[in-house]
Amino acid sequence: MKHGKLLLSLQFAFTLAVCAFLVVPVVMSILAGLTVNYFVGLQSGLTLRWVFEVWDAYRDTLFLSLGLALACLALTLLLGVPLAYLLARSRGRLARAIEELLMLPVAVPGLATALGLIVAYGGFAGFRTSAAFILVGHVLFTLPFMVRSVLAVLSVIDLPTLEEGAASLGAGFWQRFRDIVLPNCRNGILAGALMVVTLSVGEFNMTWLLHTPFTKTLPVGLADAYASLRLEIGSAYTLIFFLLITPLLLTLQVLARPRRQSFAAPDNTIENAS
Amino acid sequence: MMQTVPIALENCAKTFADGTRALEAVNLEIAAGETVVLLGPSGCGKTTTLRLIAGLEQPDAGGRVRFGADDVTALPIEKRNVGMVFQSYALFPNMTVAENIAYGLRLRRQSAAEQRARVGEMLALMRIERLAERSIDQLSGGQRQRVALARALAVQPRVLLLDEPLTALDAKLRDTLRFEIDSLLRELGITAIYVTHDQAEAMALGDRIVVMDHGRIAQVGAPREIYQQPASRYVAEFIGTMNRLSGHADGEVFRCAGGYVAWPALPAGAQEILFRPEDTRIAADGEAATLHGTVGAAFFCGNHVRLFVEVGEAQPLVLETPARREYRHGEPVALAIETHGLMVL
Amino acid sequence: MSHSLAISRRQSALLLLPAAIFFTAFFLLPMLRLFFISASGQLGWSAYLAIVSDANYFRALWTTLAVAAVTTLLTLVISAISGVFLQRHAFPGRALLVSALTLPLAFPGVVVGFMVIMLAGRQGLIGEVFALFGGERPVFAYSLAGLCMGYVYFSIPRTILTIMAAAEKLDPRLEEAARSLGGSPWHVVRDVILPGLRPAFVSSGAICFATAVGAFGTAFTLATRIEVLPMLIYTEFTLSANIAMAAALSFSLGAVAWLALALARSAAGATVAAAG
Repeated sequence: MKHGKLLLSLQFAFTLAVCAFLVVPVVMSILAGLTVNYFVGLQSGLTLRWVFEVWDAYRDTLFLSLGLALACLALTLLLGVPLAYLLARSRGRLARAIEELLMLPVAVPGLATALGLIVAYGGFAGFRTSAAFILVGHVLFTLPFMVRSVLAVLSVIDLPTLEEGAASLGAGFWQRFRDIVLPNCRNGILAGALMVVTLSVGEFNMTWLLHTPFTKTLPVGLADAYASLRLEIGSAYTLIFFLLITPLLLTLQVLARPRRQSFAAPDNTIENAS
Repeated sequence: MMQTVPIALENCAKTFADGTRALEAVNLEIAAGETVVLLGPSGCGKTTTLRLIAGLEQPDAGGRVRFGADDVTALPIEKRNVGMVFQSYALFPNMTVAENIAYGLRLRRQSAAEQRARVGEMLALMRIERLAERSIDQLSGGQRQRVALARALAVQPRVLLLDEPLTALDAKLRDTLRFEIDSLLRELGITAIYVTHDQAEAMALGDRIVVMDHGRIAQVGAPREIYQQPASRYVAEFIGTMNRLSGHADGEVFRCAGGYVAWPALPAGAQEILFRPEDTRIAADGEAATLHGTVGAAFFCGNHVRLFVEVGEAQPLVLETPARREYRHGEPVALAIETHGLMVL
Repeated sequence: MSHSLAISRRQSALLLLPAAIFFTAFFLLPMLRLFFISASGQLGWSAYLAIVSDANYFRALWTTLAVAAVTTLLTLVISAISGVFLQRHAFPGRALLVSALTLPLAFPGVVVGFMVIMLAGRQGLIGEVFALFGGERPVFAYSLAGLCMGYVYFSIPRTILTIMAAAEKLDPRLEEAARSLGGSPWHVVRDVILPGLRPAFVSSGAICFATAVGAFGTAFTLATRIEVLPMLIYTEFTLSANIAMAAALSFSLGAVAWLALALARSAAGATVAAAG
């Protein structure tokens, strides 16, 4: 038993160390972004100067990233939810193949996808230099997450029976889609939406090749700042990024938490009801 | 008032896409206002028959489904105006009880006031007024069942279809609801088709029972008729318990391993006779018994004892006898069989 | 149960077409174009051969695979120990710990690179700690070790989540049975827990490997000196303007990543959960 206790303590300590590995640099970078001179250390004093500097120089990247994320969300909803429903309904070979194909932009490195887009559409200057060029890449990369998230929910609920129930009451195809399918995969849509926004806001692999000097997203700006500016500014910029992405990640965690199955009330309560 | 209609299936066979033959060409007529129970083990085609009537399946070419004078074969379920109660209820988790009941009315573009009135009526009919604003996952199985019925009836369907509606419930509740459904169907006078594998349920609810076997109709008849005059061994053995003796006919006497059974109407050449447990009894003291056996097992059931008597057959004979005395394993018993209960199939 | 309510051709088309058109126009066709471009250089189709015959490319390929393999191994070991521990034991602060461990999920590669600089850069924490004890400041952020560290940082949150989910599904009765048969805790780990977690290892390991092979942001932030394939593609494309070679390298890289995922899927038998 003593042996077990020791093992347990070791595991606990190890887990704490892993946690420190992940969290300490985050805290350090936040502090660095608020310190007057990081080289000197905290005793040089705290300041918001770097944050304001970043805000003045780079706030456009923040807004572009947010705009892209929302546009990306709209497109993945429009393209992904109907597709997920179709895939849920037809669980054949073709459906599997489509699902597999859809995953390719995630499996294949972003650089490759970006190169493909550049060689195919780089010649259309108006498109190449617009934010829509980046948007296309983001949609390719995030679409499978929306589809999978919705598909996961659709395959747990007893969709066929629910739809039959609705049809028996007189609901046609699109009425069933609107009244039964969409409301009942709400959780999947929500989780997928958060995932899409989070991934779009953080996407760099493709965006670095797809962007132009006039279409810099937040991660592109970050890479710029890390490469060429002083550490404090890079850190302050990272701090702004954290402020943007942490609420998204925390909400995702809450959604991902396994929900308790709501059990039906025991059958004897029927007496009270009647 | 319900616009209830007779239903007719003509030549309805069903072969699924994978080649499975679920239903051979079936002909069935159901009168307006009648309650018909489709009964059989799983895979017998009863649910497929129901789904053909509902419009959830299409019959193979040549099959016709008629609601009254209308040929509805080509109509999808949403255009047939049926009420359907599913085994798993299929209540919409995204709607409250009241919204579930109102859904069919909403699709029929009834005004809010009309919807409210009809929902109130249905809640009262099922005695679930208190549940109106509940969400589905707060309901017990029995409550869900009532909501499902209320939802199906709210749209004033031409026919009510029930697919094993009580299977998911526990035995006691099943009894209560069976009684309620029975009263409800009689009160409404609606044509109803009820699918079950439970023969007791079928006997209790059906004006007529359709016994099905391997995609065919084995027998159609009133419950009493099915029980007392089964058309085949399959029906005889599926409905209730059947005792069987094998042997040979010798004039008006059927000889078997445990002795003989006298039966003036015995068909010549019979090799097997059948009879129900209730037509089998322990011979009274001093009665000239002709069939002898030993007790194989005796199950005390409170008001009676269920006896299994070995008479040299593959299966012991079953009978129920008053629990006045105890029976021991291996004890010899003499049996008497009521002549009016004997049959040959 | 299969769906019996018919879905017409027109309805299917309306559901499928928006996504299909988008995907074809912006992924399938561009990739096809890229594929033909990969053979348009001086080398023609033998550009693909150059990846093996050219010492530079070959070394980059090996470096990439080695870094990905080490990353995968480290991530799995770390995540297995912590994931199983967190799933099995309730203690005050557990939810917070899990939350902290999974927070970096979906940090972009550039930010992960910056985190590595914070830890192992010129003014990094590790250096400070060593300096405190009078030792030499190790600065490994800008080397392969730093890159590896970044990939592990990136992969831990997702892998821990997968392993916790798998550990939750392990049937505790199996362990009780093993113990009742006289198995020591080590036996239980070796014969019950690890085999039970195998599918999770395979699927999350494959995702880990595939991301490490294809990731670009972390290497980009740390240094252009690190010669892994994604960096090489980038330099071929931007500095040497050798689009054909960049394309050929991209396809090879894509094939490796896709192969890792496909192999894992066939090994696990189930669909490998999407990266993310």
